[in-house]
Amino acid sequence: MKKASFLIFSILTFLSMLTALFFVFIYAPTEKTMGVVQKIFYFHVPSGWIAFLAFFIVFLSGVIYLMKKDKYWDIVGSSSAEVGVIFCSLVLITGPIWAKKVWGIFWTWDAKLTSAVVLWLIYISYILLRKYVIDESKRANISAVVGILGFIDVPLVYMSTRWWRTQHPQPVIGGGENSGLEPKMLLTFFICLIAFTLLFFFILYLKLSIENARKEIDYLYKSVEGKET
Amino acid sequence: MINYIKKVFALLSKDLRIEFRTKDSFNSMFVFALLMIIVFNYAFDLTRKETLEIASGILWIAFTFSGILGLNRSFSYEKENSAIEGIILSPVDRSAIYLGKFLSNFLIMLLFEVVLLPFFVIFFNLKILSDLPILFLVMLLGTWGFVSVGTIFSAISVQTKMREIMLPLLLFPIAVPIIIGAVESTSYIIQEENWQLIWLWIQRLIGINVIYFTISFILFEYVIVE
Repeated sequence: MKKASFLIFSILTFLSMLTALFFVFIYAPTEKTMGVVQKIFYFHVPSGWIAFLAFFIVFLSGVIYLMKKDKYWDIVGSSSAEVGVIFCSLVLITGPIWAKKVWGIFWTWDAKLTSAVVLWLIYISYILLRKYVIDESKRANISAVVGILGFIDVPLVYMSTRWWRTQHPQPVIGGGENSGLEPKMLLTFFICLIAFTLLFFFILYLKLSIENARKEIDYLYKSVEGKET
Repeated sequence: MINYIKKVFALLSKDLRIEFRTKDSFNSMFVFALLMIIVFNYAFDLTRKETLEIASGILWIAFTFSGILGLNRSFSYEKENSAIEGIILSPVDRSAIYLGKFLSNFLIMLLFEVVLLPFFVIFFNLKILSDLPILFLVMLLGTWGFVSVGTIFSAISVQTKMREIMLPLLLFPIAVPIIIGAVESTSYIIQEENWQLIWLWIQRLIGINVIYFTISFILFEYVIVE
């Protein structure tokens, strides 16, 4: 990405985050029953979608890497995992904060929350795996396999937890936040979604540039060492 | 095709022969599971009704945690003497290696479960004699799914620095759907619920197994590569 377009991208991301903040705190009306704490929704749900998007990118990069063996896709996958785990952690932190105020409990093992925890664990295992693999040449292959299996696991966990939980009736909690959002809230939500998506791609791009620079430095070191011997 | 089956069988018999001579995996799995069941007795103070409700969960926790011990072993002694290179060099399709390892892990774990079951029935005073066939089916399916992803993750984790923690860390999130299916089916069998419910969960378990087994089978060649 050239310097000019990168500058535009960063300004755009920054402005979109500012706009989102304005919309959340000033434009959007306060919810009737839940009060101000409902505004966490505008950060919680976009983070959740980004966490899934990021792992989808990990999955796709894994598949493409196994097909083409191009190291670039391995770097995309690992960068997406490292950025995605942050958004996933945000989901798991903002969720209980909101839940405690609204439902009175921090946590419940329903389908969505269980899948979120499992996704987080898969992220962590992916990152730790990359760190602990002994043979560098195998790392890309192995990470791709784990990324693929992990991605397939998440919908399976969601479905099986839902089958399991609906058989044992749970207290019905807060089914109503997303049903029929008021237009102002819907607009705010979409602006936040766009802002977070831009933020994710921005951070991902920075991470990719760092990894590319690292690769170049490694290459330069190796070529210098070669010349000296 | 016959050739392929012969190769799988050769790998399988090699692993089974090693296991039956040393009885390493089997002994450690059995003792560990027995200890777990005993510790659970101290961990929970259960009434009769409560026992029936959570017996299935305790059984499958014992099976899966001990199963991890067996899975850890399956690739680790290959790694120790670089025996894995010997296997890779032989003219065997990678998928045959997966099948051979999968079958040996599966049979050893199934044998361990069958031997553990009577102790479990005695300690928890269960009446399952009439439901034994369907219980065996569920054990078979649950073990199948668990070992299918366990084999590929065992091959992965043996190439890392912290293999004892990497295998459970990788395996348990992925095995959650299988464990849910197995625990639910077993629970309904123990509490003698109606057949439709048990059958429904068995169907789900079969579906999950098919997905995981196929994908592990396809992806295994990328894990064992030079």
